[in-house]
Amino acid sequence: MSVAEVTGTPAAWPDTYGEEAKPRMGFFTDTSICIGCKACEVACKEWNLIPEDGLLWSGESYDNTSELGANSWRHVAFVEQRAPLRLDGDEAGIDAGTDDALRWLMSSDVCKHCTHAACLDVCPTGALFRTEYGTVVVQQDVCNGCGYCVPACPFGVLDKRELPSGPAEKATLDLPILGKKEDGRVWKCTLCYDRLKGGHEPACAKACPTDSIQFGEVDELRARAEKRLEKLQAERWNGAQLYGHDPDDGVGGFGAFFLLLDDPEVYGLPPDPVVTTTFLPKLWRTTAIAAAATVVGAAVACLAGGD
Amino acid sequence: MTGRNGSITAVGTEMRSYYGRPIVKEPVWTWEIPAYFFTGGIAGGSGVLHGVAKLTGHERLARTSLFVSAAMELVSPLLLISDLGRPERFLNMFRVFKVTSPMSVGSWILAVSGGATTTAALLELTGKLKPVKTAAEAVSFVFGPPLTTYTGALVADTAIPVWHEGRHELPWLFGAGASATSGAASTLLLPPAEAGPARRLAVGGALGELVLTQVMEKRLGFIGEVYKQGEAGKAARIGKACTAIGAGLLAWKGSRSRAASVAGSALVLAGGAAMRWSVYKAGFQSAQDPRYTVVAQRDRVRQRGTAASSEG
Repeated sequence: MSVAEVTGTPAAWPDTYGEEAKPRMGFFTDTSICIGCKACEVACKEWNLIPEDGLLWSGESYDNTSELGANSWRHVAFVEQRAPLRLDGDEAGIDAGTDDALRWLMSSDVCKHCTHAACLDVCPTGALFRTEYGTVVVQQDVCNGCGYCVPACPFGVLDKRELPSGPAEKATLDLPILGKKEDGRVWKCTLCYDRLKGGHEPACAKACPTDSIQFGEVDELRARAEKRLEKLQAERWNGAQLYGHDPDDGVGGFGAFFLLLDDPEVYGLPPDPVVTTTFLPKLWRTTAIAAAATVVGAAVACLAGGD
Repeated sequence: MTGRNGSITAVGTEMRSYYGRPIVKEPVWTWEIPAYFFTGGIAGGSGVLHGVAKLTGHERLARTSLFVSAAMELVSPLLLISDLGRPERFLNMFRVFKVTSPMSVGSWILAVSGGATTTAALLELTGKLKPVKTAAEAVSFVFGPPLTTYTGALVADTAIPVWHEGRHELPWLFGAGASATSGAASTLLLPPAEAGPARRLAVGGALGELVLTQVMEKRLGFIGEVYKQGEAGKAARIGKACTAIGAGLLAWKGSRSRAASVAGSALVLAGGAAMRWSVYKAGFQSAQDPRYTVVAQRDRVRQRGTAASSEG
């Protein structure tokens, strides 16, 4: 098996599913119409029974979630900029040519469900798997919390849900649904695998009041995104660009991709993510040669002295 | 320094970020993992030393290195299991074999190597079942070398900038470190007259470790600065000093003085442990700062853009 093979089709899908394979499902998050209501975050938490993860004021605009993690599978980023929303100079009475222009960017981030997913590649237990919808899901009854997927993800999506340390924390987490020995496993967005199985759309997309989060077949979403981008560019929106829609990028395209209004790093996203396992065949070669070198080293040490 | 539009200015690099927040997650691993890099290295390296010593007729060294290897093979899985979020599920590591996961491959290597080495050590102690012992030794000899280097592949096969970009050197570095520390472990336990090959392995491995560290830091470019900063920098400095002084002591007086032999090998061992710790901490430090993730990727995008526009 060649891990470097960037074919545009996720490994193990749809081939291994045979007739049970479904069309690849995903999200198109159009941030140009996100209003920052965080209904997606709330709906996700409720549906997936995700525990509370700290109630802190970050001081970073309206964002107090701060990042994706074990207990945040949707995260709305808020960016305040002294920049015009549109470059045609007449957006809401603001002249693009002056310094008074101000825009507030909002974007609901989520697991990208990569075509070539590093988390899935490196998972040593097979807990992470590719579903019949082409999405990437952690099987919680298999994950042993080794944590390898956490630094493998180029987007920092996955994280380990820690076991409560103090008695007070234990009390707040002692919900029947969480069971007795939770947790210490890794959690992330499942693209609501359970809802998909029942023929429903994921909770975040269902809750999104502006359809900023659109759920559907990835191919169809890609076509829709191209059209939307053309429209925004024709209207001279400042910085409009698609992120993750290209099947030829470093992860073979995202199953959940975005229309952004500035460069990805402004939203806390990597500008050119690459699945780390692309380099693994060469890395294994280096590892094997270095391993052989340890034998040569020992042999030289044993034979050199003549003792 | 955070400026307008959330731009961050650093020496020689300028980029924008989301409130300076990290992009990749730092590992959730704790001290057991770098400790295992150390013990696993000695386990594998001593397995190699045992095999070669046996083949070249260094019987006493072969025996010592076998026991060292077996002891480390016993400690290593305990460290790894203790780091798991759900230790009681450690057997899930053996549900599958995945060549795309260095941790999966490594778990199997450690299981086979550990089983073989401890069997060989037990039979050596009891003096029974000679053919089984020889077979176990052979397996241990085959699985020892990859045990020393796969950990380099394990950390390099992540999105952590300083590990991923160090992928050309890390397996070599961990292999050299394993050779140095396993040589030192046997030297520590043997009288100087019996420790010749182990001592030479310790000195050679230490030199390799020092050279490879320099090569890696240099080739990493600006990301390599994490090896000079914070805890990674401190561990690297201590590690290099201990390794260099220890190797020097072994080369100078290790063959004549038991005291020098013991002190030198203890220093090489301490140096090896510090260098593993340095690599581990450097990973965290490079994950915490989005510059290390963004700047190289942004350069790549820019270069592609230039290439595309010159084509068109």
